Amino acid sequence: MPRPGFVLEVDRSTPPLLFWRGENFSLEKLPAGRSRVIYPPEPLEPLHDIDGAIRGALLNPIDQDPLPAQLFPGMKLTIAFDDVSLPLPKMRRPDVRQRAIEAVLDLAAVAGVDDVHIIAALGLHRRMHEYEMRHALGDRVYDAFHGRGMLYQHDAEDHDNLTVIGTTDEGEVLEINKRAADSDLIVYVNINSVAMDGGWKSITTGLASYRSLSHHHNPETLENTRSLMGHRHQSALHTSVWRLGKVLRDHGPKVFQIETTLNTDMFPSPFEFINKREWEWTAKDRGTFLATTKSLNRTPIKLARKIFHGMEGPHQMTSVQAGETEAVHRLTLDNVHKQQLMEVHGQTDILTLGIPFVCPYNPDGVMNPVLVMCMGLGYLFNMYRNKPLVREGGVVIMTHPCYRDFNPVHHPSYIDFFEQVLADTTNPAEMSRKWEKQYAEDEWYRHLYRTGNAYHGVHPFYAWYWGAHGLQHAGKVIIVGGDPSTVRRLGFTPASTLDDAFEIASDVVGRSPTISHLHVPALLIADVQ
Amino acid sequence: MIAEQLADKRIAITGSTGFVGTALVERLLRSVPGCTLVLLVRPSKRHDATERIHREIFKNNAFDRLKAELATTGEPFAQMIARRVVAIGGDVSTDGLGLSEADRATFATCDVIIHSAAAVSFDSPLDSAVEINLMGPVRIVETLHALEVTPHIVAVSTCYVAGNRRGNAPEALVSDGHWDIGLDWRKEVAASRRLRGDVEAESRTATQLVHFREEARKELGAAGGPALAAKTENLREAWVKDQLVEAGRARAASVGWPDAYAYTKALGEQALTERKGNIPVNIVRPSIIESALAEPFPGWIRGFRMAEPVILSYARGLLTEFPGVPEGTVDVIPVDIVVAAIIAVAAIGPERAAPITQVASGSINPLKYKTLVDNVRAWFTEHPLYDAEGQPIVVPEWQFPARGRVMEQLRRAKSIAAKTERVLQSLPLRGKQATWAANLEEKKSEIDRAFEYVQLYGLYTECEAIYQVDRLMEMWLLLDEGDRSRFNFDPTSVEWSKYISTIHLPSIVHHSRAKVTPGKNRNDRTARLRRAVMSPDRHLAAFDLENTLISSNVVESYSWLATRRLNAPERVRYVLRTLLEAPRLSAIDRKDRSDFLRFFYRRYEDAPIAQIAEDSPELLSQLILAKSFPAGLRRVREHRALGHRTMLITGALDFAVEGLRPLFDEIVAAKLTVRPDGTYSGNMAVVPPTGETRAEIIADYCAAEGLRLEDSIAYADSTSDLPMLEAVGFPVAVNPETRLAAIARKRGWLVEHWEKASGAPTMVLPLGSMLSERERRRSFGTQSLGEGRVFQ
Repeated sequence: MPRPGFVLEVDRSTPPLLFWRGENFSLEKLPAGRSRVIYPPEPLEPLHDIDGAIRGALLNPIDQDPLPAQLFPGMKLTIAFDDVSLPLPKMRRPDVRQRAIEAVLDLAAVAGVDDVHIIAALGLHRRMHEYEMRHALGDRVYDAFHGRGMLYQHDAEDHDNLTVIGTTDEGEVLEINKRAADSDLIVYVNINSVAMDGGWKSITTGLASYRSLSHHHNPETLENTRSLMGHRHQSALHTSVWRLGKVLRDHGPKVFQIETTLNTDMFPSPFEFINKREWEWTAKDRGTFLATTKSLNRTPIKLARKIFHGMEGPHQMTSVQAGETEAVHRLTLDNVHKQQLMEVHGQTDILTLGIPFVCPYNPDGVMNPVLVMCMGLGYLFNMYRNKPLVREGGVVIMTHPCYRDFNPVHHPSYIDFFEQVLADTTNPAEMSRKWEKQYAEDEWYRHLYRTGNAYHGVHPFYAWYWGAHGLQHAGKVIIVGGDPSTVRRLGFTPASTLDDAFEIASDVVGRSPTISHLHVPALLIADVQ
Repeated sequence: MIAEQLADKRIAITGSTGFVGTALVERLLRSVPGCTLVLLVRPSKRHDATERIHREIFKNNAFDRLKAELATTGEPFAQMIARRVVAIGGDVSTDGLGLSEADRATFATCDVIIHSAAAVSFDSPLDSAVEINLMGPVRIVETLHALEVTPHIVAVSTCYVAGNRRGNAPEALVSDGHWDIGLDWRKEVAASRRLRGDVEAESRTATQLVHFREEARKELGAAGGPALAAKTENLREAWVKDQLVEAGRARAASVGWPDAYAYTKALGEQALTERKGNIPVNIVRPSIIESALAEPFPGWIRGFRMAEPVILSYARGLLTEFPGVPEGTVDVIPVDIVVAAIIAVAAIGPERAAPITQVASGSINPLKYKTLVDNVRAWFTEHPLYDAEGQPIVVPEWQFPARGRVMEQLRRAKSIAAKTERVLQSLPLRGKQATWAANLEEKKSEIDRAFEYVQLYGLYTECEAIYQVDRLMEMWLLLDEGDRSRFNFDPTSVEWSKYISTIHLPSIVHHSRAKVTPGKNRNDRTARLRRAVMSPDRHLAAFDLENTLISSNVVESYSWLATRRLNAPERVRYVLRTLLEAPRLSAIDRKDRSDFLRFFYRRYEDAPIAQIAEDSPELLSQLILAKSFPAGLRRVREHRALGHRTMLITGALDFAVEGLRPLFDEIVAAKLTVRPDGTYSGNMAVVPPTGETRAEIIADYCAAEGLRLEDSIAYADSTSDLPMLEAVGFPVAVNPETRLAAIARKRGWLVEHWEKASGAPTMVLPLGSMLSERERRRSFGTQSLGEGRVFQ
C-alpha cells in the first residue's frame, strides 16, 4: 500500500537532504526545529492490463458514444497527441501514446476509415526529432504514416493551415489547425502528468496558432494564475482556456478526448534513491548516491547530460478515461489528485528547491538559465493549491549550476532573449511591452520553428511569464551554486552555499526563518491550508 | 622695426605644412600684420594647394591665438586669410618647381622667399633626400633666374651639416672649413639618381620578384590574384625604399655625416651658394627643433620627429636604455626661437644679416644630456603613463650605456620576438589566441622602432660638436626692445629644467594621446568601433560563412549529406578515406580556394537532387545551427533590424546554405549544374566567390542597388577575405587567424570573438544521423562505395 505524501519536521536527527543541482546532487543540512520537508505521495499501484484498460475506455467512453460507433468509412479522422515535453524523464517503451494511438488505429481500420492524420500537438514547442517521434509513437505507426505525409507536426505559423473556430465573449479568438478543424472527429491522446495539463488545454494550446495562444500566455494572465496546479477558478489561464473550450465545443469539430494519468515512479534503477526519503535510504542507496555524485564530479558535463537525458522512467499508468472532454478531465483530475494531492499546513518564510537537469522545455537538450527560472518559479513554485508554500514576500532558494549554456538548435531565441532582453529587463510586463512582438514575429525564429527543431521565437517569453506569479510573490530569489554573472542577469542573487543563501535571505526574512523544502521530483500538489 | 621692415612685403614660403613652416606662417600673419604670403604647396592626390593649406595649416591649433585676437578686431579669420594668403601648387623636387604659368607669375612677384621645405626624416631614402634637400634650393634659384627676379632668399638648413666632429662648428659653409673633403654635389646627385635606377632594376629581377611574391603569399594566404599582386608590388617598393635608406645612411657615414639628412643639407648649402648668382641668399641653421617656448603658446608642437618618440618610448617602458654620454650636450632649440630668427634675417635684409646664422643652444646655454634624462625621469615618475590595464608604468633608471651594448640588447630581443612570431604564425590559431599572437607582433615592431631610434638618434645624443651662435647674437644686438620681446630668438632665455618639465613634456604627452589616468578605459575602442558598425547610416553588411558565422566547412557539409544514407560499415570506410585524403585536400585549399572547391565539389557528381533537397533542412538543424555562432547570427539580424541589407558570400554550395536564406537579402554561393536525370553533375555552374571576386560582388551589388560601398560592412575571418574587407568602409575581423588579427590591429579594425553555444550537442564527426534501416532501404536501396563515390 503506497504511503501518502508526508511532511517531515526537521530535527537534529534528520539526515542531510537531497538537493538536485542540475546534472548532479548534493546533500544539505537544514536548520532543526524550523524546517520541514515535503515528500510527495509514493507511486500508486499501476494498472496491470494497460492495453485492456485503453480498449475498455474507448469502448465505454464517458458522455459519448463508443468510439467504434463514431467511426465510419470516408470520414476524416485526426489523431492529435501531446509532444515529448512530458512525461519527464521520457517513458520506457512502449509509450502510453503509442498504445492509445495503436488502439484507436485498430478500431479505425476495422471501421474502414482511410483518411487518418496524426498530428503532434506542439503548440509553440519545438518540432520533435525523428527519434523522438519514433519513441512516442513506435516504429510501426511512424513508418506507416510518416512516409505518406499523414503523420506530421502542428505548425502554429502555417497560416494556410489554420482556421478560426470562433471568438469568446471576452474577445479571445480560437484559431486551430485546419485539418483538425475540418475533421469529422478529433481524437486527442493526452498524458496528464500534472494537474494543469489536459482538458480543453490540450487542443486550444497544442493545435492553436500564436494569435490564439497569446490571449492567455501573457504576463497579466499568468500573474493572476494562482496556481497553475490548483483550482481552476483561481487560474486565469485555465479560465481563459475553458472559455476557448466552450467555443470549440459549440462551433468546432467533435472531440474524443483520451486522458491518461501516470504514477510517480519516475527514475529507473539505480537511481531509485532520488524518489526515496533520505532517512529510509538503504546502504545500497547510500552507496549509489556516493558513487553517482563522485563519478558525476569527474564526468565531463556534456557526457553527464547525455547520461541523464538518456534515462528512461517506468512511469506506469494509473488510469485512462475517454469521451467528452470536460467529463473526462474531471475524472482525470480526480486520478491526478489521488496520486499527487497532499495537505500541508501553513506557509513558511523560505522555500528551497533543488532544480534538476530537465524541465518540460528541454527534453534532450541543456537546461539553460531561462529554463532554470521557469522550472523553479514556474513549475515547482506552482505545485500548490490554495496558497503557495512560501509566504508572500518570502524567499525562494534554488540550487542549480546555472551555466550559461544554450542548445542552439532547440533554443536559438532563448540565447538572444538572455543576451538582449534579460540584459534590459527581467520584468515580465515590461519585456512583453518592449520586446515580445519583435521576437514573436521574427522571420528567422519563425523559419527555425517551422523547418528546424527550435522553440518558437516567443517561447522564452512564455517560459519567463510562467514564473511571473512566483516572481511577484517572492521577496527575493537566490540561486545556490550558480554562475554568479548568469544568476545576476536573471535578476536573482547568487550564493555559493546554502548557508550563505540563508545568510543573504536574512535581510528579508530575519535570522530564524521557517523553511519548506520540496523534495524533487515533486509531482505533488501541496494543498496549503 | 621687424614688422615695419616686412610690412607690404610679399613673402613666399616653401614647406609651410611642416613644423617650422606652420609656425612661420602663424607668426608672420600675427606679428607682421602688413605682409602677404605666397605658400608653395605640393598638391596631393586628393587636394589641391588651396585645399591643403586650409586643411593642413589653418586648422592647426597654432592659429587659435590669432583667431582669438582677430575676434577683437572684427575681421573674420577666413577673410584675413583670403586677403593675405595665396597658395600656389608646386614641388621643389620637380624642375621648374612644377608651377603653372599663373603661379610662376605670382612667384615672381615675391620680395622674400623662405625655403623651409625639406625631407627632415633621418631615414629618408637617399634619392628623395637628394632631390628635396640638395636639389630643392638649386631648383628655386634656377626658377628665379629663369623669371629674372632677385628676391631675398632665406634658406633653412641645419646645424648638423657640420657633420661628425668634435669642437666648435662655426657659422660658415662646410666647404670653406678645415675638414672639407671636397665633395662635388653634382656627382652626388648623379650617383644617387643612378643608384635609384640600379635598385629599381634589381628589385625587378626574377629572383627578387619570386621572393616578394612568396613573402606576399606568406602574409596574405589565399587572398586572390589582385590582392597578392598589390601586396607583392608593395613589398617590392618597400624593399627599394629600404635599400635607398640604407644607401643614404651608408653614403652619409662614409663622407662624415650622421645621416642622409645632414649630408644632403650640407651639399644643398654648397649648391645653393654656387648657383645663386646675383640672388641674395641667407642661410639659417637651427639645431634640434622642439616645442615652442612661448609663441604661439608654450608647448606648441606639430608632429613628432626627434626626441619625442624616444622620450615616449622610454615613458612607456619600451626603451629602458638609450646610448649617450651624460656630460654630452643635446642641442635643442624651441621652434619659436628658430622662427623669430628666420623672420629677423628676412627683415634685416641680405646685406646686414650674416650669410649663415646658426640658431642653437649648445655654445651659450647648453642642455646636458644628464639634465635632460634626469628631468624626464623625474617628470614621468611623478606623472606616469598608464598601460592598457590602467596600471602606471614605472620608468627605469637610466644607465648611459654605450651604443654598442644597447644595440646588442635590442638585437637579441628582436631575434627572440621574430622567432616566437614565426612559430606562432605557423600554428593554426584563431580568435583570442590569434589576437595574442598579434600582440606579440606589435611588441616586435616596438622593438624594431626602438632599434631604429637608437640607430638614428644615438648619433645626436653622442654628438660633441659645439654650434657657434656669434652671428645670431650679433643680430640680437641690432634689435630694439620691442622686437626683442616680440621676436625673441635669444637661446639664453630658455631655462632648461623649467622648459622640459612644464612645457615640453606636458605638451608631447598631451599630443601622444598616451593614457595618463589610472583605471581601464570604459569607452574603449571596441565599443566605439561597434557603435560605428551598428549605426543606422550603414547600408550593407556582408558576411563570410565559414568560421565567421559557423565553425564548419564545406567538407563537413558534404560529409554530413553523404553519410546520411550510409550504414555503419560504409560510414567507417567513408571516414577512413576522408582522413587519408585530408592532407592533400588542405594543401590544395591553402594554395587556391577556387581550385579546392572545384576539385572537392566533383564529389557531388551523381547526387540525386531530390535526396539533397530532402536532407538539407536537417543539415541546417543538425550541423549548421549546432555549429553556429549565436552572436554572429544575432548580428546579422541586428543589421536587418537597423534596415541594413544583409548578404552572405560563401564558397559553400547553394543547397547547403539554403537554410540560412531568411537571414539574408542576398546569398552568393556556389552552384552545381544539374543533369536531366535529376542528379548533380559535380561541375560548377557559377564559380564560387573567393578572394577578390568577393570584393567585386559587393561593389557591383552596391552599385546596382544604389548603396554606398564606404558605408558597407564586411565580416570575415581570414586573410583570403582581405580584398573584401578592404573594399568596404567598415571591415570586421571575426575570430581572426593570426595574420588577419595582426592586420586588423594595425589598421584599427573591429575584431569580434564569436563562439559556438556552449550547450550545443557534441558531434565528434560531422556525419548525418543515421536513418533507420527500413527508411534507408525504402528510399534508396542498398548502396555501395565503389570507386570511392558515395552518391550513385
